[in-house]
Amino acid sequence: MTAKAGTPLADIQDALAQKRQMLAFEPLDLRPVLGTTGNTTIGGVFATNASGPRRFVAGAARDSLLGVRFVNGNGEIIKAGGRVMKNVTGLDLAKVLSGSRGNLAFLTEVTFRLLPVPETSATIVISGLDDAQATAAMATALSMSVEVSGAAHLPETVRGRFLGGALPPEPATVLRLEGLSASVTVRAEKLRAALASFGAVSTIDPEATDTLWREIRDVYPYADQTLRPLWRVSVAPTAGHQLIAALRLETGVDAFYDWQGGLVWLRMEADAEAGLMRHFIKAFGGGHATLVRATPALLATTPVLEPQPEAIAALSARIKSKFDPAGIFVSHATPRGMAGRP
Amino acid sequence: MPDKIAFLPPKKSVLDRRDIIVSDLADLLPKGCLVSEPRGLVPFETDAFIAYRNVPLAVALPETTAQVAAVLKYCSRYGIPVVPRGAGTSLSGGAIPQSDAVVIGLSKLSRILDIDYANRTATVQAGVTNLNISEAVSADGYFYAPDPSSQLACTIGGNIGMNSGGAHCLKYGVTTNNLLGVKMVMFDGTIIDLGGKALDSAGYDLLGLICGSEGQLGIVAEATVRLIAKPEGARPVLFGFQSSEEAGTCVAEIIGMGIIPVAIEFMDRPAIEICEAFAHAGYPMDVEALLIVEVEGSEAEMDAMLASIIAIARRHGVSTIKESQSATEAALIWKGRKSAFGATGRIADYICMDGTVPLSQLPYVLKKTGEIVARLGLRVANVFHAGDGNMHPLILYNINDPEDAARAEEAGNEILKLCVDAGGCLTGEHGVGIEKRDLMLHQFAKVDLDQQMAVRAAFDPQWIMNPSKVFPLEGRPAA
Repeated sequence: MTAKAGTPLADIQDALAQKRQMLAFEPLDLRPVLGTTGNTTIGGVFATNASGPRRFVAGAARDSLLGVRFVNGNGEIIKAGGRVMKNVTGLDLAKVLSGSRGNLAFLTEVTFRLLPVPETSATIVISGLDDAQATAAMATALSMSVEVSGAAHLPETVRGRFLGGALPPEPATVLRLEGLSASVTVRAEKLRAALASFGAVSTIDPEATDTLWREIRDVYPYADQTLRPLWRVSVAPTAGHQLIAALRLETGVDAFYDWQGGLVWLRMEADAEAGLMRHFIKAFGGGHATLVRATPALLATTPVLEPQPEAIAALSARIKSKFDPAGIFVSHATPRGMAGRP
Repeated sequence: MPDKIAFLPPKKSVLDRRDIIVSDLADLLPKGCLVSEPRGLVPFETDAFIAYRNVPLAVALPETTAQVAAVLKYCSRYGIPVVPRGAGTSLSGGAIPQSDAVVIGLSKLSRILDIDYANRTATVQAGVTNLNISEAVSADGYFYAPDPSSQLACTIGGNIGMNSGGAHCLKYGVTTNNLLGVKMVMFDGTIIDLGGKALDSAGYDLLGLICGSEGQLGIVAEATVRLIAKPEGARPVLFGFQSSEEAGTCVAEIIGMGIIPVAIEFMDRPAIEICEAFAHAGYPMDVEALLIVEVEGSEAEMDAMLASIIAIARRHGVSTIKESQSATEAALIWKGRKSAFGATGRIADYICMDGTVPLSQLPYVLKKTGEIVARLGLRVANVFHAGDGNMHPLILYNINDPEDAARAEEAGNEILKLCVDAGGCLTGEHGVGIEKRDLMLHQFAKVDLDQQMAVRAAFDPQWIMNPSKVFPLEGRPAA
């Protein structure tokens, strides 16, 4: 599909739904968390590489992006990539523009891959696990050939906020299956059998599955009409719960996990604690943290994006100068950019 | 083949200092890690695109990332061109050296460094072969998904350079979708780490740029890749058709219906005959075109998906349907397909095209390809990844007949232009290399290439990294 960058995401999703197609990377919508309104555009989705729960099997927005047309800082209209899935013709400029937050060029047109909407889905819930046990359970599920397409852990502090409180009591570790209905039934059975030793297992239906994963995608528990600092942290799947355990010894945090534990959404009680956060991320094997939301005062004084090592920062600056020599695309790197607006 | 594709003229300043350079490089490397004798250099003069060859100045075979860095630092100081080389299986001449170049080969960087099942990653040195990774994790139920036909030999470093695909990437994606991190040496010897075990990394998507950059942005010394749990079962099924067009429209309809098998491979009659004679895979011999469709999962899943695919194939006049009955039979079916290039090489010289087209254009492009080749009095065998529109016409010719070779090159160029004009691209997985460099202006406007070259220069301002490749020699920015 090819669209002008300013096309509202909602229009695209409506058009796709009629043909039972979808954006496999499940673009997230942070407007409820940020308390913003307005129309998310498809250009903004790709410019922020906004990717949801299916990302760990289906790839991120950048993996679905096949080609772009953009205007660089010199005012030149440039095309990169193409319309086909497999393409190694020249440098993959579409990738570097995806997630560049409008800092390199102005996207005007995007061509992206679609996938069919799965016939049906189900979610297996394992109740009562702590964060470490949940990480082990998710790793077990993903070691099986059952094609889990969502793996999240919702600790007790957030569990009641999902599905209007309808998840069973106790922390919920949730695993999504999608596909042909005969196949989902078989895989659900295998998964339940394999995970029974971890805790009480239940299953939720396709309709509730859709709602639940939308709420996970959009960080629903922290759509709390506050400006308490909210971090998005990406680390190795097994490092997520270690990071939280270490932070808890130092400060008040609340968190839940997506991407098998590798994507952590965490809300701080008061201060953003950026130094502490980045120290522990390094200590647990590396990754990065983005301050998605905070008070204006905190935003003004906190590095919102993960600082880069010197050599990479210098390389990034050189790349920026090749797209935008005069520096006219100013990146405020504000969390607002995450809302999906170019 | 006529020497139509030019390499950059060798730098006299480099050639004149050959002995000094060799001696300096010997100081930077352990004993046995530098090749400079004429006979020792012969294996490095070309790759799997054998139409061109050049003996390099020297070949460095470093054993550590630090040695890669030392060689690059030295070469950049003296402006010596560098050609990175994995296993030399490039089909586009990506690893063919130039006479003033130091080749940096990855063959001694062949250790698997870390396998982490909980995070489903493997970290390997860049000279580890593609198949080595899958073999190392197979007993534990995992595999590494991209599977180029050369996977027995090709290295992960080369795969990253070319963003390699393979038959199974229809479902699992190509290298760029399966790469999590690299340790890379820049042109001046600076070592950078990008990504890691996390799914995404901070800042610009530099990994995405490096993947498929054909050794022009740096040399990858280590890579972290995703591992995937092996499916419960897999079943290739053969569908025979009485025309290529029918097979082509069948593919378009399968994908259009939202069915994504693991692989859909296409062979026309000449390809079937060549592969069957070599592999004895049991391919039907009374059809004009053959699809190998592989489904995977549990028995119930495979049955369900196959039922839908068979229904579609019947609407397109399928004349033979043959399911593999055993693992041995399945392995033979794939052996036949994956040995297609090698088997073709036994009967004739060939050049292999790699254009990719939108699926809706497959039947049209197949028909026109046949016309182009027939007009030039040549033969063609088509064997390719139909599910993602990645075509591989093998144009058969005689390498010892200059006129025949010139016609083959002409046919290749026409076919690639046809692919671009049909909305596709010059190369889906083999890379531009030297082979398709001068066709780049057919796909891109000058301004598009200028932007790519500017970004390239952000990594390698001196243009010493594999400089004769990818971008037309005319119209380059001053280094």
